[in-house]
Amino acid sequence: MLTMKDLETPATNTWCPGCGNFAILNAVKQAIIQLELNKEEIVAVSGIGCHGKITDYIDVNGLHVIHGRVLPAATAVKVANHDLTVIGFAGDGDGFNIGLGHFAHAARRNVDMVYIIHNNLIYGLTTGQTSPTSRKGYVSKTSPRGAFEEGINPLTQALTAGASFVARCYSGELKQLVEVLTKAVNHKGFALVDVLQPCVSWNRVNTYEFYRERVYKLEDESHDTSDWRNAFKRAQEWGDRIPIGVFYTEDRPDYTENFPPLRDRALVKQPLTPDVSNLLEEFR
Amino acid sequence: MVKCTGLHDDTVTVVIGGEAGQGISRSGVLLGKSLMRAGFHCFGEIDYPSLIRGGHNFYSLRASSRKVHSTSGRIDLLVALNKESVLLHLDKMNSGGGVIHDETVKFENDEIHRNDVTFYPLPMSEVVKELGGPTIMRNTVGLGAVAALVELDIELLKNIVKETFEGRERIIRINQEALQKGFEYVIEFDYGFQCNVETGEKPDRILLTGNEAVALGAIQAGCKFYSAYPMTPASPVLHYLAGHDEEAGMAVIQAESEISAMLMTVGAGYTGVRAMTSTSGGGFCLMTEALSFAGMTETPVVVMIGQRPGPSTGLATYSSQGDLMFSIFGGHGEFQRVVVAPGDANECFYLTTEAFNLAERFQIPVIVLTDKSGIESHESVESFDLTKTCIDRGKLVEKWGKNEQYLRFKFTEDGISPRAPPGTPNTMVLASSNEHLESGRTTSSSDPVNAMVKKRALKEPYIRRAVEQLDSYKIYGDPDPDVTLVCWGSTKGPLLEALSLLQAEGVRTRLVQVIFMEPFPLDLPEHLEGTVILFENNSTSQLASLTRMRTGYIFPHMENRYDGRPFEPEDVRDRVLEVIQC
Repeated sequence: MLTMKDLETPATNTWCPGCGNFAILNAVKQAIIQLELNKEEIVAVSGIGCHGKITDYIDVNGLHVIHGRVLPAATAVKVANHDLTVIGFAGDGDGFNIGLGHFAHAARRNVDMVYIIHNNLIYGLTTGQTSPTSRKGYVSKTSPRGAFEEGINPLTQALTAGASFVARCYSGELKQLVEVLTKAVNHKGFALVDVLQPCVSWNRVNTYEFYRERVYKLEDESHDTSDWRNAFKRAQEWGDRIPIGVFYTEDRPDYTENFPPLRDRALVKQPLTPDVSNLLEEFR
Repeated sequence: MVKCTGLHDDTVTVVIGGEAGQGISRSGVLLGKSLMRAGFHCFGEIDYPSLIRGGHNFYSLRASSRKVHSTSGRIDLLVALNKESVLLHLDKMNSGGGVIHDETVKFENDEIHRNDVTFYPLPMSEVVKELGGPTIMRNTVGLGAVAALVELDIELLKNIVKETFEGRERIIRINQEALQKGFEYVIEFDYGFQCNVETGEKPDRILLTGNEAVALGAIQAGCKFYSAYPMTPASPVLHYLAGHDEEAGMAVIQAESEISAMLMTVGAGYTGVRAMTSTSGGGFCLMTEALSFAGMTETPVVVMIGQRPGPSTGLATYSSQGDLMFSIFGGHGEFQRVVVAPGDANECFYLTTEAFNLAERFQIPVIVLTDKSGIESHESVESFDLTKTCIDRGKLVEKWGKNEQYLRFKFTEDGISPRAPPGTPNTMVLASSNEHLESGRTTSSSDPVNAMVKKRALKEPYIRRAVEQLDSYKIYGDPDPDVTLVCWGSTKGPLLEALSLLQAEGVRTRLVQVIFMEPFPLDLPEHLEGTVILFENNSTSQLASLTRMRTGYIFPHMENRYDGRPFEPEDVRDRVLEVIQC
């Protein structure tokens, strides 16, 4: 049985005290322990930004990729070795600005992975610029007159793209975060977990207090997670009340089931005994 | 024994021309295969603009009893599927040549200025109508006529039609009838050249493109993962692998972009499978950020670049050698790589298998640098000798003991660390785009950064040694030359043809083909003797710049062609003669 300590690394954590990332790291470790996963068979794939450092802070296999590119890398890891549990970590800037072009594809492919968005509605590591999920009117050094673009909603994006598991959590609600993450890992398919997390250094609007006053749990309102239309409606709520929990789940074949060569065993576990003799026939 | 007498030299060139969508390329391949089975060597090249219907496409098939390395630019026999094809190609016809065309096409007197060319009007459309076939079948009638004129056994073509349309009995029957009709319509004409075919032992040859050879090379290398985004001229690799994924045991993905394709390739390489992508220059632009990522994470990947003229969209369906420098220097930061430039279908196959070995042995990206002329042209080659290929996975870890901590980027004498696939018991595999410690964890401290930069650089002499064992260059022709020609990539074909032409002129000529561009063969200048002339399909002589940068050698003469078309052997000969007569 793993302990929290088994998942620690010698790296010095450089996140700001009070950062929502700590809760996400903590919850992921708890979920791994609760699910009794073999840590040697987990791959964490992270992007660039404060969140990206998570691969240094958790003792599982890690692929710390370049900005915005978590999903294609994670997709390939899963296809090449579907015995691995793949957990992707991305920031809101990472995942929904530069990485948005990959998002719909991972969702429609239904890649069997968890995709956690460290969503603080701001750029943290580059010192506080407006992010794609920043709300309209948000003032920062890159939008001094207030952001004039509408903020991107990760949940509606996921629902329209065909994600088969769509959830939102709040880093201040650790228990629910762990529960949702365990469900997301167990879900066979693409599982988006958008985690609202305050950036204590730069975001003066979307603070712990902001969320504490607004979040409510979907499970308390007898939300039907199989109802896509209702999920979409709930996903659009943002104001005095912000829903958190699992919005939508759907059973459908995952991506790796489409590849005949993966049927017997993982690609990486297959021997290399190639022979193109038969293939040459058509050229004779 | 096969004998071939063309109108101009010892080769016969048949050109099939018409609009896109008229089945021109397929007809060219059918004819090529038939000629190959009759014992001939073939080289076929497709010239097409970037559109699906209309425009002008033509396929040039050049055959001979000796090895053919390129097209010649001249035509013995033209199958014209429309009037435009006749008017466009008439100037290139050899004296005594023939034009096969639909009898519905009428010419004005002033349009036809060649009295030395015979016209063979055939009722192509009428035959197709009679047989109830699609218009596209007109080219089959034309092929039947070609067979009659070059004295090719029509049964060879009929057999190939049968194989091509296997299971579709009606299509086979009407195509075979179309062939027969075309054959019969011209059989009574006396034509000016002969191809005499005597049956007997046939060499074991295959007719394929460089793209197909690269794809087969990847399969033979045990590549398990391939992801790419369609881009001319590299897409056929994706087509072939997608169509043969089960036989190849390969996961094949059409990615949402080249950015994704390359990231996927690196991601797959990280897990321990052999992984590859392919693209053209524009796609490679998008791949460079992840190429650099592969450099930092020391992940083996193979990337095929099929060059076409740029900048930007350029000439989407033509050929170029304009991305040599880009393939060597593309990607930010400093990291080791290998760039290898095969010059024909044979080299495409064998060097692709070696690319995977180099990538895994040295844990680096390896670029297979090709170009449209090389990868979309068909070439008959001796069937691949699979005993010449091998798999060397370098320091791939199969098992790791409990006693030693696994460090993905462990310092070693040669800079190459044991590479464990994630999931290997007793290992934790962390690969990061950040500069890192031996464990893979991020660092920005001076000493460990210096150590890791040096560690990656340590590989260089080992890579160089491995590459030198694979022929960094090839030398053809005269041991004591008056002229040395230099080429790389598909330019090899026309230059080899020109080599023979120059030798026939009494010019003692050598040809040097540079194959490995990175690491560059430092002893190359030792082989550049006499008047040295470099031929490249670009406008800035990039190999000249590279050679000077790496060796200090300055090429005295550079010849270029940059309109997207390959050099023509006779043009090369004339340019060389001009240089040496100056």
